[in-house]
Formats: sequence, C-alpha cells, structure tokens
Amino acid sequence: MVAMSEKTTTDQLFELLSSVTDPEIPVLTLQDLGVLRDISIDDGVINVTITPTYAGCPAMQTMRVDIEKALLKAGHQQFNVKESLSPAWSTDWMTPNGREKLRAYGIAPPLKSSCDQSSGGIECPQCNSSEVKRISEFGSTACKALYQCQRCLEPFDYFKCI
Amino acid sequence: MDSQKKALLNYCIALGDDSLTLGHRLSEWCRNGPFLEEDLALTNVSLDFIGRARMLYSYAAEVEDQGRGEDDIAYLRDCREYRNFLINELPNGDFAFTMARQLMIDAFDVGFYKGLTQSADEMLAAIAAKAIKESRYHLRRSEDWIKRLGDGTDESHERTQKAFDQLWGYAAEMFEMASDEQQLVDAGIAVDRSALKAEWSSTMHSVLKEATLDIPAQDWAIGGGREGIHTEHLGYLLAELQYLQRTYPGQQW
Ligand SMILES: [Zn+2]
Repeated sequence: MVAMSEKTTTDQLFELLSSVTDPEIPVLTLQDLGVLRDISIDDGVINVTITPTYAGCPAMQTMRVDIEKALLKAGHQQFNVKESLSPAWSTDWMTPNGREKLRAYGIAPPLKSSCDQSSGGIECPQCNSSEVKRISEFGSTACKALYQCQRCLEPFDYFKCI
Repeated sequence: MDSQKKALLNYCIALGDDSLTLGHRLSEWCRNGPFLEEDLALTNVSLDFIGRARMLYSYAAEVEDQGRGEDDIAYLRDCREYRNFLINELPNGDFAFTMARQLMIDAFDVGFYKGLTQSADEMLAAIAAKAIKESRYHLRRSEDWIKRLGDGTDESHERTQKAFDQLWGYAAEMFEMASDEQQLVDAGIAVDRSALKAEWSSTMHSVLKEATLDIPAQDWAIGGGREGIHTEHLGYLLAELQYLQRTYPGQQW
C-alpha cells in the first residue's frame, strides 16, 4: 500500500479527477458537468463528494467507479466517494468551458434554469440558427431533449435545463 | 423503534412504492411506444421514477437500520406489504390511458413534492428538491399530450375521455391520509395531502377543458393502497419485477 504523500493536496486531486469524463458525453468532465462537488482529505482519507444529475441516471454508477479507478491508478488507497443530494444539481452549475465543449460536440448547451422552458434561446449547434423546433421532450438520455434546426434541417440534442 | 420513526419508515416506503410501481409500468412501454421518440420519452420518465424509488428505499433502509438495503425492500416484499396508490399499478392500457394516468399523477406530484421540499427532515427535503424538477418537466409533457389527444381526432378524443372516466375514482386516495401520517405532518416532516386537492382539481379542470374533454362525474372512488389492499394487477407486476431476485436470492447487478 502506498502511503499518501504528505504533499498531496486537494488541488492536485481536483486536477487528477478532472480527467474523469461523463460516460455518455465523453467530452465533458465531471467538473464541467458540476457533478464533482467537493474533495477533502481527513486523516489521510480522501473524501470525494458527487451529486447525481437525474435521480435515475444510469451513468452515476459508472462515474463513481471511474473516480475510484482514477484514484487507485494514482496510487491512492484510502478514499470514499459519497453522493450528496442537497443542494440539488442544476444545469446552471455547468461551466462555461463545458457549455462550449458541448456545442462543439453537436449538443446545444442548457439555457439558464430561470428560462421559460420554451424553445426561445436554443440555437442549432451546427449553424447557430435560432429557428429550431422541438421534436421530443426526451432525447437519447434523460438529460437531453430532441430538436431539429429549421434552417439546416439537422436534428440535434439539447441538454435540458433543470 | 419509536412510533414517529416507524411512521417515517412507512412513509418513505409508501412513496418509494408509488414511484417503483409506476416506473415499472412505464418501462413496459420500452420498444412498444407509438414511435421512437415517444418510446425514449416514456422510458426516460420511467427511469426518473425508478431513481426516485431508489433514493426513497435507500433512505428507508437507513432509517430502519436493520441491515436491509434498497433491493431487499423492492424485491422481497409481497403485495400486502406494498403501500402504493392503486392508480400506479394499473396496467398501461392504450397510450391515451397511460398519458391520462400520467397527467393525474404528475399534477399530484408537482404539488406534493413542492410541499415536501419544506420538510423538516433534511433527506426527504433533498429528495423532493430533485423530484420536483423532474415532475414539473413530466407535467408539461403529459399536459401537452392530453391536449393533443383530447383535441385531436374523434378516435383519440374518445379514447382519452374513456381513460379519464375509468381512472377518475382512483384519484381519491391520493388525498386521503394514511393512519400514521398525521403525526409526521404535525412534526413538519410530511405533507398534508388532503390540502392538495384544490390545486390538483384546478390543474385537471383547466387541462381537460383545453383538451375539449369532460371532467368525469365524481360518483365512485376506490382506495386501500396505503393499507396494503391492492387490485389483482399488483401481483402480476411484482411477479415480473421480482422474478430474478426470488429465483437467485442475493444476486447483485
Ligand atoms: Zn442548423
């Protein structure tokens, strides 16, 4: 067992875990997503706090395992990954960098949760047109809705704001 | 276990049962949806309810502190121990029936979970804060569908009206307090469900009116779910839901 170096800091751990990505949207790290809430070191034990996105999101289990794997790979042996429900996750926590990465990946990023939930403000990630039409309230996963661009006709996923 | 703790345990399990039975019913639409997008939507809503059940059962297990886990609560109880409202366990029927039920439940859940976010119990308040966001989204979708179906073709109108006529009496028990629930309301933990009826009725009236549907007559009511008295349908549902765990006890995912 590798004893944790005295010099390991929470900043280094944030850096380490910033490589862990969402299994369903691999361009987003857990930090971009706002899922990684806190890291602390207590008596040599690393405590990582994550918050679930959707209650039934099947990716949460994978995220947890990926965090544990990243910690093990870096030689850490004593850690707990715990889920915290409160405060409830909001797409407002997604970083500006994360939003830009989503757009480049072809998914329209979430509007602010104070939005009126209509289509207003959603732009096609391909041609930036705001003439878009909602096809379905749900897309390929719980966090996305399906839209179509009226200008370039491309269908696209919109990351719902909650 | 003191009586308030026991009541809290029952409360979490009953709410979890509502979510699990409805989540299971919605999952039965997987690959049977009327078209691909709707198939995905129904199964995503199903996942939201199953996720909600997991949070509530996990918390119940923590409150009970007897070594049971969420899986034991979901898979190793029989009909009489299930406490869900009967409306959740009814077979899906046609798409109109499924969406009519969904509207009735979503309209209830929005009022209920909004109230529960104020619970003095921190964990219930945290679960409610997640659930309310999802339920608002669900409600918008079920409202849209009922308006489309009710104000659609003659056939969709007729089927949707028939669905509400068949479902209406199942709403009553959503507003009837279980025997040990009042003490949790007094302690600021639970929501007084009897006080939610007015808002629910007003949502239903405005949606059905816009959908050109008639509000069914309130001339029958059925209940018993919170006391463990169920329709014949729950046994079949549990047989499928619990089959694997009953056949291979202790199996882990
Ligand atoms: Zn476009």
